Amino acid sequence: MASTSVATAPGRSAWDGGVSPMGASYGKLMMWFFLLSDAFTFSALLITYGLVRSAHPVYTGTVHAFKFSAGYWPIPERVFEAVPFLHGVEAPLVFVGIMTFILIMSSVTMVLAVEAGHRMDRKAVEKWMLWTILGGIAFLSCQAWEWGHFIHGSETGRAVVEGTKFFGANLVHNQYGPPDFAAFFFFITGFHGFHVFSGVCLNFLIYYNTVTGVYERRGHYEMVEKVGLYWHFVDLVWVFVFTFFYLV
Amino acid sequence: MAHAHQETVHVNVLPPDRAKIKKLWMTALILLIITILEFIVAFTVPHEYKDLRVWIFITMTIVKAAYIVGEFMHLRYEVKVLIWSILIPMIFIVWMLVAFLYEGMAISNVR
Repeated sequence: MASTSVATAPGRSAWDGGVSPMGASYGKLMMWFFLLSDAFTFSALLITYGLVRSAHPVYTGTVHAFKFSAGYWPIPERVFEAVPFLHGVEAPLVFVGIMTFILIMSSVTMVLAVEAGHRMDRKAVEKWMLWTILGGIAFLSCQAWEWGHFIHGSETGRAVVEGTKFFGANLVHNQYGPPDFAAFFFFITGFHGFHVFSGVCLNFLIYYNTVTGVYERRGHYEMVEKVGLYWHFVDLVWVFVFTFFYLV
Repeated sequence: MAHAHQETVHVNVLPPDRAKIKKLWMTALILLIITILEFIVAFTVPHEYKDLRVWIFITMTIVKAAYIVGEFMHLRYEVKVLIWSILIPMIFIVWMLVAFLYEGMAISNVR
Protein backbone atom coordinates (compact mmCIF):
# COMPACT_ATOMS: atom_id res chain seq x y z
CA MET A 1 0.00 0.00 0.00
CA ALA A 2 2.75 2.46 0.87
CA SER A 3 4.85 1.17 -2.03
CA THR A 4 3.67 3.97 -4.32
CA SER A 5 5.12 6.64 -2.03
CA VAL A 6 8.38 4.74 -1.60
CA ALA A 7 9.04 4.31 -5.31
CA THR A 8 11.15 7.42 -5.92
CA ALA A 9 14.19 7.93 -8.06
CA PRO A 10 17.58 7.32 -6.41
CA GLY A 11 18.76 10.30 -4.45
CA ARG A 12 15.24 11.70 -4.09
CA SER A 13 12.88 11.36 -1.17
CA ALA A 14 9.10 11.02 -1.16
CA TRP A 15 8.95 14.59 0.19
CA ASP A 16 10.39 15.98 -3.06
CA GLY A 17 6.98 15.53 -4.63
CA GLY A 18 6.02 13.88 -7.88
CA VAL A 19 4.43 10.86 -6.20
CA SER A 20 0.77 10.11 -5.58
CA PRO A 21 0.45 8.34 -2.23
CA MET A 22 -3.17 7.38 -2.84
CA GLY A 23 -2.56 5.93 -6.27
CA ALA A 24 -5.11 8.29 -7.78
CA SER A 25 -4.82 11.59 -9.62
CA TYR A 26 -5.62 14.88 -7.88
CA GLY A 27 -8.89 15.28 -9.77
CA LYS A 28 -10.13 11.80 -8.96
CA LEU A 29 -9.21 12.21 -5.32
CA MET A 30 -11.05 15.52 -5.08
CA MET A 31 -14.10 13.95 -6.73
CA TRP A 32 -14.04 11.30 -3.99
CA PHE A 33 -13.89 13.90 -1.24
CA PHE A 34 -16.61 15.99 -2.86
CA LEU A 35 -18.81 12.90 -2.97
CA LEU A 36 -18.02 12.25 0.69
CA SER A 37 -19.28 15.73 1.58
CA ASP A 38 -22.33 15.18 -0.62
CA ALA A 39 -22.97 11.92 1.23
CA PHE A 40 -23.09 13.96 4.45
CA THR A 41 -25.69 16.27 2.93
CA PHE A 42 -27.93 13.45 1.80
CA SER A 43 -27.49 11.63 5.12
CA ALA A 44 -28.59 14.78 6.93
CA LEU A 45 -31.75 14.93 4.80
CA LEU A 46 -32.59 11.25 5.22
CA ILE A 47 -31.79 11.12 8.93
CA THR A 48 -33.90 14.22 9.55
CA TYR A 49 -36.70 12.50 7.63
CA GLY A 50 -36.36 9.57 10.05
CA LEU A 51 -36.45 11.90 13.06
CA VAL A 52 -39.52 13.83 11.94
CA ARG A 53 -41.30 10.65 10.89
CA SER A 54 -40.64 9.01 14.26
CA ALA A 55 -42.02 12.12 15.99
CA HIS A 56 -45.39 11.64 14.21
CA PRO A 57 -48.04 9.12 15.22
CA VAL A 58 -47.90 5.74 13.46
CA TYR A 59 -50.83 4.31 11.48
CA THR A 60 -51.86 1.12 13.30
CA GLY A 61 -54.63 -0.37 11.13
CA THR A 62 -54.30 -2.77 8.18
CA VAL A 63 -52.73 -1.66 4.90
CA HIS A 64 -55.94 -2.43 3.06
CA ALA A 65 -58.07 -0.17 5.25
CA PHE A 66 -55.54 2.67 5.10
CA LYS A 67 -57.01 6.13 4.50
CA PHE A 68 -55.11 9.40 4.07
CA SER A 69 -55.14 11.51 7.22
CA ALA A 70 -53.09 14.34 8.67
CA GLY A 71 -53.25 12.49 11.99
CA TYR A 72 -50.54 9.95 11.19
CA TRP A 73 -47.64 9.36 8.80
CA PRO A 74 -48.83 7.72 5.55
CA ILE A 75 -47.77 4.27 4.35
CA PRO A 76 -45.57 5.06 1.30
CA GLU A 77 -46.85 2.13 -0.78
CA ARG A 78 -50.39 3.57 -0.57
CA VAL A 79 -49.18 7.00 -1.67
CA PHE A 80 -47.03 5.93 -4.61
CA GLU A 81 -49.20 3.45 -6.45
CA ALA A 82 -49.93 5.15 -9.76
CA VAL A 83 -48.30 4.28 -13.09
CA PRO A 84 -48.48 6.37 -16.29
CA PHE A 85 -51.04 5.19 -18.89
CA LEU A 86 -52.64 2.86 -16.34
CA HIS A 87 -55.31 5.15 -15.05
CA GLY A 88 -57.10 3.97 -11.92
CA VAL A 89 -54.95 0.85 -11.59
CA GLU A 90 -53.42 0.35 -8.14
CA ALA A 91 -49.83 -0.72 -8.64
CA PRO A 92 -47.96 0.08 -5.43
CA LEU A 93 -44.32 1.09 -5.92
CA VAL A 94 -44.22 -0.33 -9.46
CA PHE A 95 -43.30 3.02 -11.02
CA VAL A 96 -40.55 3.61 -8.45
CA GLY A 97 -39.28 0.13 -9.28
CA ILE A 98 -39.06 1.08 -12.96
CA MET A 99 -37.16 4.24 -12.02
CA THR A 100 -34.74 2.20 -9.90
CA PHE A 101 -34.21 -0.19 -12.83
CA ILE A 102 -33.49 2.73 -15.20
CA LEU A 103 -30.93 4.24 -12.85
CA ILE A 104 -29.11 0.95 -12.21
CA MET A 105 -28.94 0.29 -15.96
CA SER A 106 -27.55 3.75 -16.64
CA SER A 107 -24.91 3.07 -13.98
CA VAL A 108 -23.87 -0.07 -15.87
CA THR A 109 -23.61 1.77 -19.18
CA MET A 110 -21.50 4.43 -17.43
CA VAL A 111 -19.07 1.88 -16.04
CA LEU A 112 -18.86 0.30 -19.52
CA ALA A 113 -17.95 3.75 -20.89
CA VAL A 114 -15.18 3.95 -18.29
CA GLU A 115 -13.95 0.50 -19.32
CA ALA A 116 -13.94 1.56 -22.98
CA GLY A 117 -12.02 4.70 -22.00
CA HIS A 118 -9.28 2.60 -20.44
CA ARG A 119 -8.88 0.89 -23.80
CA MET A 120 -8.87 4.22 -25.69
CA ASP A 121 -11.87 2.95 -27.65
CA ARG A 122 -13.53 6.21 -28.68
CA LYS A 123 -16.46 4.64 -30.54
CA ALA A 124 -17.40 2.48 -27.53
CA VAL A 125 -17.12 5.45 -25.12
CA GLU A 126 -19.44 7.45 -27.39
CA LYS A 127 -21.95 4.59 -27.54
CA TRP A 128 -22.07 3.95 -23.78
CA MET A 129 -22.09 7.64 -22.85
CA LEU A 130 -25.08 8.13 -25.12
CA TRP A 131 -26.93 5.28 -23.40
CA THR A 132 -26.05 6.76 -20.00
CA ILE A 133 -27.40 10.18 -21.02
CA LEU A 134 -30.58 8.55 -22.32
CA GLY A 135 -30.98 6.67 -19.02
CA GLY A 136 -30.57 9.91 -17.09
CA ILE A 137 -33.14 11.71 -19.23
CA ALA A 138 -35.54 8.77 -18.87
CA PHE A 139 -35.16 8.90 -15.09
CA LEU A 140 -35.76 12.66 -15.00
CA SER A 141 -38.87 12.25 -17.16
CA CYS A 142 -40.19 9.61 -14.77
CA GLN A 143 -39.54 11.93 -11.86
CA ALA A 144 -41.33 14.78 -13.62
CA TRP A 145 -44.39 12.56 -13.98
CA GLU A 146 -44.09 11.40 -10.37
CA TRP A 147 -43.96 15.00 -9.12
CA GLY A 148 -46.84 16.00 -11.35
CA HIS A 149 -48.95 13.18 -10.02
CA PHE A 150 -47.96 13.92 -6.43
CA ILE A 151 -48.80 17.61 -6.79
CA HIS A 152 -52.14 17.09 -8.56
CA GLY A 153 -53.18 14.24 -6.32
CA SER A 154 -55.47 11.25 -6.64
CA GLU A 155 -59.14 11.48 -7.57
CA THR A 156 -60.33 10.66 -4.07
CA GLY A 157 -58.44 13.41 -2.32
CA ARG A 158 -58.84 13.85 1.40
CA ALA A 159 -61.77 15.40 3.25
CA VAL A 160 -60.38 18.42 5.10
CA VAL A 161 -63.38 20.20 6.58
CA GLU A 162 -67.00 19.06 6.35
CA GLY A 163 -67.87 18.99 2.66
CA THR A 164 -64.48 20.15 1.35
CA LYS A 165 -61.67 18.06 -0.02
CA PHE A 166 -58.02 18.69 -0.62
CA PHE A 167 -56.27 17.24 -3.66
CA GLY A 168 -52.56 16.73 -4.17
CA ALA A 169 -49.81 18.55 -2.34
CA ASN A 170 -47.97 21.80 -1.89
CA LEU A 171 -45.48 22.89 0.74
CA VAL A 172 -48.25 23.83 3.21
CA HIS A 173 -50.94 21.18 2.76
CA ASN A 174 -51.17 17.75 1.20
CA GLN A 175 -53.80 15.06 0.89
CA TYR A 176 -51.49 12.22 1.95
CA GLY A 177 -50.61 13.03 5.53
CA PRO A 178 -48.88 15.60 7.75
CA PRO A 179 -47.45 18.66 5.94
CA ASP A 180 -43.90 17.45 6.65
CA PHE A 181 -44.49 14.39 4.49
CA ALA A 182 -44.86 16.40 1.28
CA ALA A 183 -42.08 18.78 2.34
CA PHE A 184 -39.65 15.88 2.68
CA PHE A 185 -40.82 14.35 -0.58
CA PHE A 186 -40.06 17.61 -2.41
CA PHE A 187 -36.76 18.19 -0.66
CA ILE A 188 -35.27 14.71 -0.81
CA THR A 189 -36.39 13.58 -4.26
CA GLY A 190 -35.92 17.13 -5.52
CA PHE A 191 -32.34 17.36 -4.28
CA HIS A 192 -31.61 13.94 -5.75
CA GLY A 193 -33.32 14.87 -9.02
CA PHE A 194 -31.20 18.01 -9.23
CA HIS A 195 -28.12 15.82 -8.84
CA VAL A 196 -29.36 13.62 -11.68
CA PHE A 197 -29.90 16.74 -13.80
CA SER A 198 -26.36 17.97 -13.07
CA GLY A 199 -25.11 14.47 -13.88
CA VAL A 200 -26.84 14.47 -17.25
CA CYS A 201 -25.28 17.85 -18.04
CA LEU A 202 -21.81 16.60 -17.06
CA ASN A 203 -22.34 13.39 -19.01
CA PHE A 204 -23.28 15.41 -22.06
CA LEU A 205 -20.14 17.51 -21.67
CA ILE A 206 -18.04 14.34 -21.53
CA TYR A 207 -19.87 12.93 -24.55
CA TYR A 208 -19.23 16.14 -26.49
CA ASN A 209 -15.53 16.13 -25.61
CA THR A 210 -15.27 12.47 -26.59
CA VAL A 211 -16.91 13.07 -29.96
CA THR A 212 -14.67 16.05 -30.70
CA GLY A 213 -11.64 13.95 -29.78
CA VAL A 214 -10.45 16.02 -26.82
CA TYR A 215 -9.64 12.96 -24.70
CA GLU A 216 -8.08 11.10 -27.61
CA ARG A 217 -5.64 13.96 -28.11
CA ARG A 218 -5.09 14.16 -24.35
CA GLY A 219 -4.11 10.51 -24.35
CA HIS A 220 -6.45 9.34 -21.59
CA TYR A 221 -10.14 9.24 -20.70
CA GLU A 222 -9.84 10.06 -17.02
CA MET A 223 -12.62 12.66 -17.19
CA VAL A 224 -15.02 9.84 -18.03
CA GLU A 225 -13.87 8.11 -14.87
CA LYS A 226 -14.35 11.19 -12.67
CA VAL A 227 -17.82 11.98 -13.97
CA GLY A 228 -18.53 8.25 -13.75
CA LEU A 229 -17.82 8.41 -10.00
CA TYR A 230 -20.36 11.22 -9.69
CA TRP A 231 -22.94 9.32 -11.72
CA HIS A 232 -22.56 6.16 -9.61
CA PHE A 233 -22.93 8.26 -6.48
CA VAL A 234 -26.26 9.54 -7.76
CA ASP A 235 -27.32 5.91 -8.24
CA LEU A 236 -26.06 5.11 -4.73
CA VAL A 237 -28.12 7.91 -3.21
CA TRP A 238 -31.20 6.67 -5.04
CA VAL A 239 -30.70 3.22 -3.47
CA PHE A 240 -30.97 4.87 -0.05
CA VAL A 241 -33.86 7.16 -1.01
CA PHE A 242 -35.70 4.16 -2.44
CA THR A 243 -35.30 2.21 0.81
CA PHE A 244 -35.97 4.94 3.34
CA PHE A 245 -38.57 6.97 1.52
CA TYR A 246 -40.51 4.36 -0.43
CA LEU A 247 -40.02 0.98 1.24
CA VAL A 248 -39.73 1.52 5.00
CA MET B 1 1.35 20.67 -24.44
CA ALA B 2 2.41 21.27 -28.03
CA HIS B 3 1.52 17.80 -29.26
CA ALA B 4 -2.10 18.34 -28.23
CA HIS B 5 -2.59 20.54 -31.26
CA GLN B 6 -1.59 17.92 -33.79
CA GLU B 7 -4.40 16.99 -36.13
CA THR B 8 -3.62 13.33 -36.60
CA VAL B 9 -3.30 11.23 -33.47
CA HIS B 10 -2.27 7.64 -33.58
CA VAL B 11 -4.35 5.74 -31.01
CA ASN B 12 -3.77 2.16 -30.04
CA VAL B 13 -7.24 0.77 -29.28
CA LEU B 14 -7.14 -2.32 -27.10
CA PRO B 15 -9.69 -5.13 -27.44
CA PRO B 16 -12.55 -5.31 -24.89
CA ASP B 17 -11.72 -6.95 -21.58
CA ARG B 18 -14.35 -9.71 -21.68
CA ALA B 19 -13.81 -10.92 -18.10
CA LYS B 20 -14.14 -7.40 -16.68
CA ILE B 21 -17.26 -6.59 -18.72
CA LYS B 22 -18.86 -9.87 -17.63
CA LYS B 23 -18.12 -9.01 -14.02
CA LEU B 24 -19.78 -5.59 -14.41
CA TRP B 25 -22.94 -7.14 -15.85
CA MET B 26 -22.93 -9.70 -13.02
CA THR B 27 -22.80 -6.83 -10.51
CA ALA B 28 -25.79 -5.21 -12.23
CA LEU B 29 -27.64 -8.52 -12.12
CA ILE B 30 -26.96 -8.85 -8.37
CA LEU B 31 -28.25 -5.29 -7.80
CA LEU B 32 -31.42 -6.05 -9.74
CA ILE B 33 -31.99 -9.33 -7.91
CA ILE B 34 -31.61 -7.62 -4.51
CA THR B 35 -34.07 -4.91 -5.62
CA ILE B 36 -36.59 -7.57 -6.69
CA LEU B 37 -36.10 -9.32 -3.32
CA GLU B 38 -36.82 -6.00 -1.60
CA PHE B 39 -40.10 -5.81 -3.49
CA ILE B 40 -40.98 -9.37 -2.49
CA VAL B 41 -40.27 -8.57 1.16
CA ALA B 42 -42.29 -5.34 0.92
CA PHE B 43 -45.40 -7.22 -0.22
CA THR B 44 -45.10 -10.56 1.60
CA VAL B 45 -43.80 -9.75 5.09
CA PRO B 46 -46.80 -8.21 6.93
CA HIS B 47 -46.56 -4.66 8.25
CA GLU B 48 -47.00 -5.98 11.80
CA TYR B 49 -43.37 -7.16 11.69
CA LYS B 50 -42.20 -3.57 11.33
CA ASP B 51 -38.76 -4.09 12.88
CA LEU B 52 -38.03 -7.21 10.86
CA ARG B 53 -38.98 -5.43 7.63
CA VAL B 54 -36.82 -2.42 8.44
CA TRP B 55 -33.80 -4.56 9.27
CA ILE B 56 -34.12 -6.62 6.09
CA PHE B 57 -34.38 -3.42 4.02
CA ILE B 58 -31.39 -1.81 5.72
CA THR B 59 -29.24 -4.93 5.29
CA MET B 60 -30.14 -5.21 1.59
CA THR B 61 -29.48 -1.49 1.06
CA ILE B 62 -26.02 -1.76 2.60
CA VAL B 63 -25.22 -4.79 0.43
CA LYS B 64 -26.33 -2.85 -2.67
CA ALA B 65 -24.31 0.20 -1.58
CA ALA B 66 -21.24 -2.00 -1.11
CA TYR B 67 -21.57 -3.40 -4.65
CA ILE B 68 -22.04 0.06 -6.19
CA VAL B 69 -19.14 1.65 -4.31
CA GLY B 70 -16.88 -1.41 -4.50
CA GLU B 71 -17.38 -2.50 -8.09
CA PHE B 72 -18.90 0.38 -10.06
CA MET B 73 -16.93 3.10 -8.30
CA HIS B 74 -13.94 0.76 -8.23
CA LEU B 75 -13.13 1.55 -4.58
CA ARG B 76 -12.38 -2.11 -3.77
CA TYR B 77 -9.39 -2.01 -6.09
CA GLU B 78 -7.95 1.30 -4.90
CA VAL B 79 -5.00 1.80 -2.57
CA LYS B 80 -5.84 1.05 1.08
CA VAL B 81 -5.22 4.64 2.21
CA LEU B 82 -7.87 5.83 -0.22
CA ILE B 83 -10.37 3.17 0.86
CA TRP B 84 -10.01 4.12 4.53
CA SER B 85 -10.03 7.87 3.80
CA ILE B 86 -13.49 7.40 2.34
CA LEU B 87 -14.86 4.83 4.79
CA ILE B 88 -13.66 6.21 8.14
CA PRO B 89 -15.52 9.59 7.83
CA MET B 90 -18.71 7.52 7.52
CA ILE B 91 -18.46 7.30 11.32
CA PHE B 92 -19.90 10.82 11.39
CA ILE B 93 -23.00 9.62 9.59
CA VAL B 94 -23.43 6.79 12.09
CA TRP B 95 -22.95 9.31 14.90
CA MET B 96 -25.63 11.59 13.45
CA LEU B 97 -27.96 8.63 13.04
CA VAL B 98 -27.52 7.54 16.65
CA ALA B 99 -27.88 11.11 17.97
CA PHE B 100 -31.07 11.74 15.98
CA LEU B 101 -32.60 8.39 16.94
CA TYR B 102 -31.98 9.28 20.56
CA GLU B 103 -33.49 12.72 19.98
CA GLY B 104 -36.47 11.16 18.21
CA MET B 105 -37.15 8.87 21.16
CA ALA B 106 -37.01 11.86 23.50
CA ILE B 107 -39.51 13.75 21.32
CA SER B 108 -41.84 10.73 21.33
CA ASN B 109 -41.67 10.55 25.10
CA VAL B 110 -42.57 14.22 25.49
CA ARG B 111 -45.63 14.02 23.19
